[in-house]
Amino acid sequence: MKELLIGNAALARGLYEAGVKVVSSYPGTPSTEITEFAAKYDEIYCEWAPNEKVATEVAFGASLGGARSACAMKHVGLNVAADPLFTLSYTGVRGGMVICVADDPAMHSSQNEQDSRHYAIAAKVPMLEPADSAEAYSFAKAAFDISEKYDTPVMMRMCTRIAHCQSIVETGKRDERDLIPYQKQPEKYIMMPGYAKKKHPVVEERTRALTEFAENCEFNKVFFAKNSDIGIVTAGTCYQYVKEVFGDSVSVFKIGMINPMPVKSLIEFAGKVKRLIVVEELDPVIETHLRTIGLNPEGKSLFSNIGEFSQMDIKKILLDKTEDSLHADSPVPNRPPVMCPGCPHRGIYYVLAKLKLTVLGDIGCYTLGATPPLNALDSTLCMGASVSGIHGFNKARGVDSEKNTVCVIGDSTFMHSGMTGLVNIAYNASNSVVIILDNSITGMTGHQQNPTTGYNIKGDPAAKVNLEELCRSLGIPRVRVVDPYDLAGCETAVKEELAADGPSVIISRRPCMLLKYVKAKPALTVETDKCRSCKSCMRLGCPAISIKNNKAVIDATQCVGCGVCEQLCKFDAIKEGV
Amino acid sequence: MKTVNIMIVGVGGQGSLLASKLLGHLLVTEGYDVKVSEVHGMSQRGGSVVTYVRYGEKVYSPLVSTGEADYIISFEKLEAARHTPMLKIGGQIIVNTQQIDPMPVITGNAEYPENILDEHKNKGIKVDAIDALTLAKEAGSVKAVNIVLIGRLSTYFPFDKELWLRAIEETVAPKFVEMNKKAFLLGRGE
Repeated sequence: MKELLIGNAALARGLYEAGVKVVSSYPGTPSTEITEFAAKYDEIYCEWAPNEKVATEVAFGASLGGARSACAMKHVGLNVAADPLFTLSYTGVRGGMVICVADDPAMHSSQNEQDSRHYAIAAKVPMLEPADSAEAYSFAKAAFDISEKYDTPVMMRMCTRIAHCQSIVETGKRDERDLIPYQKQPEKYIMMPGYAKKKHPVVEERTRALTEFAENCEFNKVFFAKNSDIGIVTAGTCYQYVKEVFGDSVSVFKIGMINPMPVKSLIEFAGKVKRLIVVEELDPVIETHLRTIGLNPEGKSLFSNIGEFSQMDIKKILLDKTEDSLHADSPVPNRPPVMCPGCPHRGIYYVLAKLKLTVLGDIGCYTLGATPPLNALDSTLCMGASVSGIHGFNKARGVDSEKNTVCVIGDSTFMHSGMTGLVNIAYNASNSVVIILDNSITGMTGHQQNPTTGYNIKGDPAAKVNLEELCRSLGIPRVRVVDPYDLAGCETAVKEELAADGPSVIISRRPCMLLKYVKAKPALTVETDKCRSCKSCMRLGCPAISIKNNKAVIDATQCVGCGVCEQLCKFDAIKEGV
Repeated sequence: MKTVNIMIVGVGGQGSLLASKLLGHLLVTEGYDVKVSEVHGMSQRGGSVVTYVRYGEKVYSPLVSTGEADYIISFEKLEAARHTPMLKIGGQIIVNTQQIDPMPVITGNAEYPENILDEHKNKGIKVDAIDALTLAKEAGSVKAVNIVLIGRLSTYFPFDKELWLRAIEETVAPKFVEMNKKAFLLGRGE
C-alpha cells in the first residue's frame, strides 16, 4: 500500500514489519514519533522509559531474550545511552537490535548540533542513514538482518529533514517471528575483563567483514553521469539536495551505510571522476574516511560544518547561482517561541525573576523562561544538570549563593536524570533549593506520558511516582507543593525554603494548559478606564497581553483565564471574563 | 512538469499540520510524487512555523529555498512578510489578514509593520489577502482558518472542487468534516 509518511512513521513501519516485539524509548525531537507510531501496532510492546540509557538496556534485555527489539532517541539522548552502546558492541545480540538516533542539524529543537555518526565509528557498530521515508522503512527492516547476521546492534541515523518529512512509502506485511530460544552464554554476555578481552578482536573482525559487505551492499548506490568530471559523495538528506540541483548531470556515490564505509568501491569511484566532492552536513565524517583511504576530496573547504543545508547552498557553492526574489522594506520583528498563555511555568518564573534569584535551568518547555521579559534562567546544559549544577554552584560560592539561588527542572526531566543529582544534594549535605516544575506531562516533545503522570504510552493507567514521597525518600526533609497560579503562595514558599537550613524541594504543580482534560476559563478583560498603563502585567511575557493605545489589552482568542495577570494589577483593571 | 513549491507559514499552534496533511493527501491521490516537510518541537510554542509542500513527477529535496516558492499560504500577516524572500518572482501569496503580535512587539522592543501587505503590493508582489478568521468563525470554529486558506489556494489549482472536498472527508475527523467543508467553500468565495 502506498502511503505518505514522515520518516519516523516509516521507520516505525519498518520495525513493525521486521517483527519487532519490544520498543523502549525516551522522547526527544526529532525522534519522538518513531516510538509513538510503533505504539500504534498492537503486536509491538512499546514503552516510554525514564531515560535513553534505560531504554537501550531494555532493548538489550529483549534482544537477549530472543526478540527483535529497538529503541529511539535524539542525538543528545545517545550521550546518555552511550554506556550500554559501547559494550553492546562487544556482547552483540541474540534477537536483532536497532538503535535509532535522530540528529538535529540547525538545532530546530536542541541544545547542540552534535553529529551522531561519530558514535557509530567510536562504538564500532554499523550505522545506516536513510535519505527519505521509503529508505527509513526499508533500511529499518534490513537493519535487523545485518544485526543478526553480524551479531551486532545496528544504528539508524535520522535527521530532522528525514524524520519530519513526509514522502511516499510502499508498505508490506509483518514478518511475525518466533522468539529465539534463550541460551546462557556467559562468555558472550558477561563483559568482565576475561571475556571482554576475547570479544574485542571479534569486534575488529566484524568491522572488517562489514567493510567488505559495504563494497557491494544494497545501501550504497553509485551513479555515473555520461559527460561529467564531477563526482559527489554524499548521504542522507544531502543526497536529495545534490540530486535536486544536478539531477543526473554529475556522478554520485550515495552512502546509505555510514559505518563502516567501503574502501575499494570509493577508490574506484574517485578514479573515474576528475573532481571529487563530499557534500555532508555537520562534521567531515565521510571526508575524513576518504582521506584515510588516500583520496583527496573537496568537502569542508567548500561547505560549512555548521547548520543544515538546502539545495540553495549546493547551487550557490558549486554553481555560483542564486534565485532572485522580492521583499518589503520594513523590518520584520522576530517571532521566537514563547510559553503558552496559561502556562503553569509562567507564575513561578515571575516570582523567581521578581526575587532576582540565580536560576539554574534544565531541558524542556520551561527553558523558554530564559527569554525576555522574564529572563528567568542563568544556565541550561543538559537533562538533569540543573540539580547537579546548583549543588556545585552552592559548594563553590557558599552561603551567599545558597540564599538566592534555586534550580528548576520539569517532572519528566527529573525522572530522566534529576533524581541522581538530588541524591547527591542529600548525601553531600547541600543547602540547595530544587524546584520541580510538575506540569504532569512531557511537554516540549508533544505530550508524552512519564512515570509521574499515572499513564503509559498507550494512555492506559500505570503506576504513578509520588514526587513528594520520592524526594523525601531520597533524603530531602523539606518538600512542599505550590500552585504556580498563586503568586503570593509561590513567593512565600521560595523565600522560606531559601531561608531554611538544609536542602529543600518545592514542587510547583499544575498540569500543562494544552492537555485535553485541562479546561480553559473565559478570557479575562481589561477595564480600560482603570488601566494606568503601569505595564506590571507585561512583565509576565504572556502572548495574550499587549499594550494598544497605551492601555493593556487581552486577546480573547488566546487568553485562557489563568488569572495570574489579575494578581499583578494594582488598579483592579483586569476582570474575570464571563 | 516542473516541481510546484508551496509554503505554509504561520504561528505555532495555528494548524498548519492539518493544511499540509490535506494537501499531501490530495496530491498523492492524484498520482504525484510528493514531499512535505513539517516542524515539530520547540518552534510549535508560538514561534514562527514553516511547512513545505512540493509535488511533481520526481521530488528530491523536502525544502523550498530562497526565490523558489510558487505559493506562500500565510496564517498571519507578519509571517507572510518574513517568508516573502522565498517567493519566486511572479509567485502568489495567500494571506490571512489576522495580526498576532510576536513577543518583541508585545514587550515594546520592536514594531509591527502597519501596512506590510500594501508594501508588498507596491513592490509588485501578488498578494491575495482574506479575513480567514471571520470566515472560519462563520463556518463554525476559529480553528478552521487553515481550511479557509486551503479553500482560497484551491482556486489557483486545476483540480476539481470535488477532489478537495473528498480530501477533506478523508483527512479530517468525521465530526469536523461538515464544518471544514463549509470553511473550504467560504475560502473559495462560494
